[in-house]
Amino acid sequence: MTAGGHHGLPRLLAGLEPGGEPMTLAAHTRVHGPLPSLPPDVLIEEVDRSGLRGRGGADFPTARKLRAVAGRRRVGAVIVNGSETEPASAKDRLLLARLPHLVLDGAVLAAGAVGSSEVIVRVGAGSASVVRALESAASVRDNERVRIQVVPGPEGYVSGEESAVVHYLNGGGPLPTFVPPRPFERGFRGRPTLVQNPETLAQLALVARFGSRWYRELGTAADPGSALVTIAGAVAAPGVYELAFGTSLDDLLDAAGGATEPLQALLVGGYFGTWVDATAAGRLRLAREDLRSVGCSLGSGVLIALGQSACGLHESAGVIAYLAEQSAGQCGPCVFGLRAIADSVAALADGIAPPGVHQRVLRWASEVRGRGACHHPDGAVRFVESALRVFEADIERHAHGRCDARPAGLPLGNGSVRVPGGRLAELRKAAAP
Amino acid sequence: MSVRLRVNPIACDAHGLCAELLPELIRLDDWGYPILDQSEVPPDLVGLARRAVDACPTLALLLEGD
Repeated sequence: MTAGGHHGLPRLLAGLEPGGEPMTLAAHTRVHGPLPSLPPDVLIEEVDRSGLRGRGGADFPTARKLRAVAGRRRVGAVIVNGSETEPASAKDRLLLARLPHLVLDGAVLAAGAVGSSEVIVRVGAGSASVVRALESAASVRDNERVRIQVVPGPEGYVSGEESAVVHYLNGGGPLPTFVPPRPFERGFRGRPTLVQNPETLAQLALVARFGSRWYRELGTAADPGSALVTIAGAVAAPGVYELAFGTSLDDLLDAAGGATEPLQALLVGGYFGTWVDATAAGRLRLAREDLRSVGCSLGSGVLIALGQSACGLHESAGVIAYLAEQSAGQCGPCVFGLRAIADSVAALADGIAPPGVHQRVLRWASEVRGRGACHHPDGAVRFVESALRVFEADIERHAHGRCDARPAGLPLGNGSVRVPGGRLAELRKAAAP
Repeated sequence: MSVRLRVNPIACDAHGLCAELLPELIRLDDWGYPILDQSEVPPDLVGLARRAVDACPTLALLLEGD
């Protein structure tokens, strides 16, 4: 590790030009310095000290995941899970399309740490710019002992789930499997496999260069460093922003140009996330303890602002209908439970639900939780429970036929909020440690 | 050693035999899929649990730590 590295923000997005081109290897090396070479245990120890956690939504400590694979024999590939199937999220695509060398640095370093000689980057087949950027970046990194392969694949919501990614690469359908065994035990080609999110690897590439003390210069003691957040909805400049942990959600919204109208709620963590009332949300900091206090987590780093002119109930009905549709169709409780919940929430939003439906949805939600092979149903019911809580007054109003809201057009499915290479900005406000 | 019941939700086809054979631990949801309110099997129910596992037509009910 070299001492230093530059201070403040941006870190990951340093040197990124507003144009649409991927950063070249030469420019990347100029910004961050050359790829360091560290003994495996030294690197893992440094990652441990940095406090880095996975940025794909599960928040799992990265060093523990590295150790779980490094301790095994016949280690297989390192898989960069660039599926990013969360509809509102754009940060992984931004990294892969514009800063491919930073992600590949992290993947190559992680491969060295766990004793692997193969990196597979799994990306959505629909993102041509991502595939192009990665393939061309991989082709100029020719003096490495690690083989890099880019594999475009399907883009359905659950196809990005860790076990689904491994199952697909093993020649199966892009569907979650019954775990255990988990990928770190038996993954790609039956071997212990490390699956990591692109942002996690990009952060790891910086920790390897500049060390854990540098990493902890930003953020809080419990949540050190910076994070990429996709900010969407009723803000002036939706896009991907890098900011320090510990920043208040109000400051996040300001970074995205501020709210375009008075807000009623924020959706924190994307569609597996949680609605929070806007008055309570603004003061929360981007930190696990703050978010946990209102039942949230950062998830994959998505923040959606809902203006007062929109109807949270109708928007939520749209999201849960989408999530029900996106079930892999393998597990009964997910297939039938989410469909029934979605139909009922739609009826509540339309004001045509018979008495007792609200309570029944809550019962179904608690029964469905934990009964799928993957966590798709768990995230979906968490979303629904928060919607019924935050928009409870709307249920009553709708039953009496009063809703004059305008559709907010929350991003659903492929397309609406895809902003790779779109607006970029950085928030320079570092949090007090 | 404690014995636990687990359902493989991908394999389960809602035949419902398990809930019939082991109502002490298994009930069905509104679509006929099993809900295990606790996974731990008390010693006196292990025999019945094993019978339910053997009866599952899709081998979706699993007894672990047995």
